[in-house]
Amino acid sequence: MYQVGVIGDRDSVMGYRALGMAVFEAVDPQDAAAAVDELVKAHYAVIFLTEALAEAIAPHLQQYRDRRLPSIIPIPSIQGSTGFGMRQISESVRRAVGIDLFGHDDQQADSRQTDHPQDDVEES
Amino acid sequence: MARKQINPNRMELLKLKRQLVTARRGHKLLKDKRDELMRQFLDVIRQNQALRRRVESLLAGASRQMVLARAVMVPQVLETALLAGRASLSLSVDTRNITSVNVPVFTAPFALSGSLENLPYGLASAAGELDQAVTALNQALPAMIELAEVEKTAQLLADEIEKTRRRVNSLEYILIPELKDSIRSITMKMDENERGNLTRLMKVKDMIVSQALEKARLADAAAAREQA
Repeated sequence: MYQVGVIGDRDSVMGYRALGMAVFEAVDPQDAAAAVDELVKAHYAVIFLTEALAEAIAPHLQQYRDRRLPSIIPIPSIQGSTGFGMRQISESVRRAVGIDLFGHDDQQADSRQTDHPQDDVEES
Repeated sequence: MARKQINPNRMELLKLKRQLVTARRGHKLLKDKRDELMRQFLDVIRQNQALRRRVESLLAGASRQMVLARAVMVPQVLETALLAGRASLSLSVDTRNITSVNVPVFTAPFALSGSLENLPYGLASAAGELDQAVTALNQALPAMIELAEVEKTAQLLADEIEKTRRRVNSLEYILIPELKDSIRSITMKMDENERGNLTRLMKVKDMIVSQALEKARLADAAAAREQA
């Protein structure tokens, strides 16, 4: 059995305690990075991380990207979404396709890509 | 393109030809793999986007409720209520194989449902707003777990596609042209040698023939003198 961890500022993450997740409070990126390392060592399957922190330590998280576990997922903090999670999806698309199919902010790709052969796969 | 220095002999040629065949087959296989991965990836990424949108809106709702709960409850009581926690959430992890990429599959051992029954604290001690907040979070939970799975899958697939694409390209634009080039240069060299050899043989033959003719002419001359 694998556990699920949450890392973020107190207000954003305290609710998850009621769901049975392991909650770790972190305010500055260093703490968050240390907490992530800790949880990876403890074989957590899923680590939810507030978007702001995830963005701040994105280079650090890169090393876990190609591992099967853990799955490190940015979630919006209590202040709301910064769009980092969505940007990360675009990043995946960019890596796979070589170009940015879905466009940067959540808006669907605009006309500059209409002549691309992959065009028919654009909309979900 | 800088060509490698190779010995232009038949053995080298055969070796290169075999390498070319292998490289072509590998290229085709990798290309198929890439196409299949891409097909899978596009499905996954669409799912990922939809899920993330859903999770984000669910969590936004839960956050609003949580803000309300914090507003009406004494912080200590709130903390205690949440600390009361329930059995820690654990998942079993399986592995699914998508075109040789191992991706995780998360399953929660119990039904994840957002009902008031499994609130971890006494209803009396906490404000209704907290119930709402926790219920909202609870409702988001299955989607969050699914998101964790799908997003990881998308990342792993993306990385694998990138790797495969690089391999396909390096075969297509570097290895295969290089092999073709080497094969061509060896064939040319061998043809050239062959031609050189042929002319040399013709030359030698000419020399031998002319020597023989000379000898015959001398013999004829000697015979004619004797008769005379």
